[in-house]
Amino acid sequence: MLRLIIRRLLQLIPTLLGLSVLLFLWLHQLPGGPASALLGERGTEADRRQIEESLGLNDPVWVQYGRWMQRLVHLDLGDSVRTGRPVWEEFTQRFPATVELALSAILIAVVVGIPLGYFAARRRGSWLDVTAVSGSLIGICIPVFFLGFILRAIFAVNLGWLPSFGRQTTGINATEVTGFYVLDGLLTGEWDASWDAVEHLILPGVALASIPLAVIVRITRASVLEVLGEDYVRTAESKGLQRRVVRSRHVLRNALLPVVTTVGLLTGSLLSGAVLTESVFAFGGIGSFIKEAIDNRDYPVLMGFILFIALLYVAINLLVDLAYSLIDPRVRVN
Amino acid sequence: MTTKTEKLDRLAELTTRTESTAGGSLWREALRRLRRSKMALIGAVIMAVFVVVAIVGPWIAPYDPTDQTWRDEVLVNHAQFVGPRGGNWLGLDHLGRDELSRMLVGTRQTLLVGVVSTLLGFAVGALTGGISGAALAFGGRAGRRLDTVLMRLIDMMLALPSLLLAVSVAAIMGQSLTTVMIAVGVVQIPVFARLLRGSMLAQAGADYVLAARSLGVRRRRIVLAHVLPNSLGPVIVQATLALATAIIEAAALSYLGLGNPDASQPEWGVMLAQAQRFFDAAPMMAVYPAVGIIVTSLGFTLLGEAMREALDPKLRS
Amino acid sequence: MPLLSVDELTVTFTGHGAPDVAAVCGVSFQVDESQVVGLVGESGCGKSVTSLALMGLLPQRGVRIGGRAEFDGTDLLRLRQARLRDLRGSQLAMIFQDPLSSLNPVVPIGVQVTEILSRHRGLRGSAARKEAAELLDRVGIPDPTRRLKEYPHQLSGGMRQRALIAMAVACAPRLLIADEPTTALDVTIQAQILELLKELVDQQGTALLMITHDLGVVAGLCDRVNVLYAGKVVEAADRRPLFAEAAHPYAHGLLGSIPRLDAPRGERLRPIRGSINDRIDWGDGCAFAPRCDFSTEECLDGGLPLTLLPGREAHRVRCVHPVAAAPGDGAGDGPGNAGNGPGNTAGNDPGNTAENTAEGSPGENPEGDAAETTEATS
Repeated sequence: MLRLIIRRLLQLIPTLLGLSVLLFLWLHQLPGGPASALLGERGTEADRRQIEESLGLNDPVWVQYGRWMQRLVHLDLGDSVRTGRPVWEEFTQRFPATVELALSAILIAVVVGIPLGYFAARRRGSWLDVTAVSGSLIGICIPVFFLGFILRAIFAVNLGWLPSFGRQTTGINATEVTGFYVLDGLLTGEWDASWDAVEHLILPGVALASIPLAVIVRITRASVLEVLGEDYVRTAESKGLQRRVVRSRHVLRNALLPVVTTVGLLTGSLLSGAVLTESVFAFGGIGSFIKEAIDNRDYPVLMGFILFIALLYVAINLLVDLAYSLIDPRVRVN
Repeated sequence: MTTKTEKLDRLAELTTRTESTAGGSLWREALRRLRRSKMALIGAVIMAVFVVVAIVGPWIAPYDPTDQTWRDEVLVNHAQFVGPRGGNWLGLDHLGRDELSRMLVGTRQTLLVGVVSTLLGFAVGALTGGISGAALAFGGRAGRRLDTVLMRLIDMMLALPSLLLAVSVAAIMGQSLTTVMIAVGVVQIPVFARLLRGSMLAQAGADYVLAARSLGVRRRRIVLAHVLPNSLGPVIVQATLALATAIIEAAALSYLGLGNPDASQPEWGVMLAQAQRFFDAAPMMAVYPAVGIIVTSLGFTLLGEAMREALDPKLRS
Repeated sequence: MPLLSVDELTVTFTGHGAPDVAAVCGVSFQVDESQVVGLVGESGCGKSVTSLALMGLLPQRGVRIGGRAEFDGTDLLRLRQARLRDLRGSQLAMIFQDPLSSLNPVVPIGVQVTEILSRHRGLRGSAARKEAAELLDRVGIPDPTRRLKEYPHQLSGGMRQRALIAMAVACAPRLLIADEPTTALDVTIQAQILELLKELVDQQGTALLMITHDLGVVAGLCDRVNVLYAGKVVEAADRRPLFAEAAHPYAHGLLGSIPRLDAPRGERLRPIRGSINDRIDWGDGCAFAPRCDFSTEECLDGGLPLTLLPGREAHRVRCVHPVAAAPGDGAGDGPGNAGNGPGNTAGNDPGNTAENTAEGSPGENPEGDAAETTEATS
């Protein structure tokens, strides 16, 4: 197990190195550059040159890259050009919001999607099945940000059931511990704060969950249908086992294998969706921060973010593989 | 010489394919199943309507989509949007332009963005994946190396969230329609590459390829005449599904302010993004283009899914 | 009274859009206590569908079942699902063809054995594990306690089939249905598995319904044999009479299709021509007629009964022109006693007529669909 993890991390190094070189070169092709972005239209040519000098932007690209790598070895991602604060700090401050949002979306998608897909397959051709299949097809086709607007207009603006933006009601008495507001409330015993954070999560969570939900319903349904036709399910039936045992032990356990893989693969689209959802609900996560960083050519932030995303991607795939080997003995490493 | 190689090819293919394709070729069989599918029918109808409107849209539009004919009326009423009425069936937008005309004309731009970006992703992705797959399956040690390098590149692209990739492309190239097309197309590259490579590797392991090799058919011929045509099915299905994704992704880019700024060429994504600003006052302005986007991409998705089912007998009922 | 008495069992697959396909069209046979009965035929003849219908394992939708199947006085075909679940695994058990796909890949062997013990015998925990280990030991799996923790992919093909057999005999069922249990195995393993089955059946006094296309298996194991063709029993006899004097041209042909060591050098095998798809509806006559060398106009009359051969006790055949001679000496010479009229000419003209009939009515018998359905279910 440990060896698998180490091997994966070693494999990651060349990919990450290549990625960082490519991106470094690419990002420096971006027109504009941070100096003009910082100064706006007011800055003089002299100001611009001074800033570029201080940021070392006039050195050859490979020198800049070397400098960046040198800092990286010391786990320093540099400072944001725009805010002047360390990139790492900016990330840790904004990241909990995005993670909270992404997790709630995945939670909604899994908790609703797997049972829905399962029962759609069991009652194939029923109204439930038809609804689930057509619903999931439509779900894939709705632009996430539009769904966000619709949800907000109905449930926040018109009905007033849920807050329409942000992560927290302003002025609420909440102590920040980890930055994950729901968790913070639970840790400090401030139930109101927790509940408030949950309320803020519902609409963006549902909007962001739309695509993962649609995908999970479809995969689960297809997988259950396939497993229902397998010989071992017939064997289980021939043993006269109770329906409950056949379904949980023999059908569901096998049917969940492809679903686990899919959930892992959805992470990428989830992050993309998060950028859009956060912007609709002014959620203040990492998504909107990155959009600003691109607008401002904030190289250190972008490089750090991409590195971070790549690491996350690998970590999630590793987790998926581990989960897979837990439920499927055939791929278990000996 | 040619007839001889052709005969060998045929023989090689027959050795494995007689069983599964008795009574018609694989493609004809798939087409037969496709024609019976309700999903495919609905998808095809939606697609046909979409394409027809995209072609004739500018001629059947009642007004010039860029002409702010009723500008004064909208401004006087002060953010009071004009809803559907005789002459303006879908009402007026925030600058007093006829919404129906904008929708009709916008169809063409939307289709253009979808098709061009998908073609781009398809071309580059299929080329990369095809070379990679062929190299790995038939290229020996050097081929394996080439495959490793290409696939590492593709992996890097896959490791980035698609929207971020698109946003950075758009940021480099500035705001324009071409930017949107390229940005959306680039995102599709790794998907096509991975798919074609995997599909080719599966075919390369099939018995008929072994048979062809044992009969002495040249490697290039095996790849081009057998492996490639037989591997294209899933890639074509993916292209149909990618068209749906491309239209949605383009809308997302527009929403992030990276869409086509040219007002003379209305596009649904841009219209939707602009209408979001007035969402609370005039939700229908957003709903029209959104419904257009949803229905269109639904059409492509239905068709793609139906094709996938038709090609994959395992998914059949 | 027999343990199992199947009477005019019919199974029809009704797909929407596609025409109905009759996979089993009136099968009748009996199994006595502790008897080994064979159900023999080529793939697509309905033998697997018959066994699945008896076990109640056919899908609920798209299948129409008719006839009766009395097991110890109760009709299995009309039993409620819950009651059938109680019977399955305890009184009725089944072994399937492909041991790898018939075992759940993600559940340890031990759990798959103990689950049946806890369901029908109420054994839990260590008692169940102990009994499971004993079962594995009994079916000849070495080191059973270790094997209990292993997964199907860690076992060899023979071991997997032994594990499946252990599950099937776990509750000492009164009837065991074995659907081609050795087809997927190596020849040497086949013999071991057959030997094991015979032993277990003898020990427990279990009746065995052996479904197979392999006449070798029949010869070595069965007390009584039913030959199935196109969803009907065409010949039923005890083992010895069948092998000595197969009367139905199909059964006769089956025996003639096997290479024999004692045949004279240079003698050719006599394969049955065509495939099971070349058939006509039983209502229109003998389904085998299009492939039969002896068929005449009379074969196309329909309503052919399973009749007792003259002078025999339990040898029935469904044929107008039963073959009288023993295999090996000239099935090609034409029918013997019964068909004195048509005689040798039968091989030529009427045979062609029958073939033409079959070709002339493709609409009634959609070959492609029929083949697909029966293959998918057998």
